[in-house]
Amino acid sequence: MSLTPDNLFGIHTRALDLWQRRTEVLANNLANADTPDYLARDIDFRKALADAGSGAGNLSLQTTTADQIGAAGQTADGLAYRVPTQPSMDGNTVDAQAEQAAFAANGVHYQASLSFITAQIRMLRMAINGGQG
Amino acid sequence: MSLFSIFNVAGSGMAAQSLRLNTVASNLANADSVATTPEAAYRAREPLFAAVKSRLDGANAPGEGVQVLGVTESQAAIPSRYEPGNPLADADGYVFSSNVNPVDELVNMISASRSYQNNVEVMNSTRQLMQKTLDLGK
Repeated sequence: MSLTPDNLFGIHTRALDLWQRRTEVLANNLANADTPDYLARDIDFRKALADAGSGAGNLSLQTTTADQIGAAGQTADGLAYRVPTQPSMDGNTVDAQAEQAAFAANGVHYQASLSFITAQIRMLRMAINGGQG
Repeated sequence: MSLFSIFNVAGSGMAAQSLRLNTVASNLANADSVATTPEAAYRAREPLFAAVKSRLDGANAPGEGVQVLGVTESQAAIPSRYEPGNPLADADGYVFSSNVNPVDELVNMISASRSYQNNVEVMNSTRQLMQKTLDLGK
């Protein structure tokens, strides 16, 4: 049985990566809350995680020289535009309250993923120590 | 690690909003300024915001905050007043005051301070998440 971190933590590392990326997208929405014609964006988490789990959707980019950026460097999939609930005069579709709520929920999800990983680490440590602390 | 870049994003938002507060302060301070000619009269200023596109191109890349493209001056008409006793009055006895609308400015101020607070919240939450990540496995 191999205990590489990827197998050990299962889907949680990928979920953590996605929550983190979503935090960035939501932070961007909030920073641009007053920018004319800015369109709010969000990550379709279910789709993105399904892609991450199956390995589909991420086409591997072949790098021929060392200084090219591979697909791993381009962390962007599942990004979509939010459907505005209240259109504004300046074309901005950021709803600060909705973004703030999504940001808070996203933070809790991130911490949940962290807790799962922490529990796995604790379990592994217990197995190593034989329950001796 | 992209959690770090959120500090830049939220920071750019705070910088933009504080510049907006700055222009509001300038406009309100000059609301009663007068001048001899319409050209010299104070015009209300407003910053122009634009989203910063990510260096990794494509519609899929998340943005990198907000930038201030410049400060525009209001093109609203400059009101004139008949004040022959004013040292700044022109030959006909008129002075030209600023075209600042105090109601607009106060609305702008509230909006700017709320947006600023939102960005501070984002930064605080991100800091907590990073701290939790650093404590992973403890």
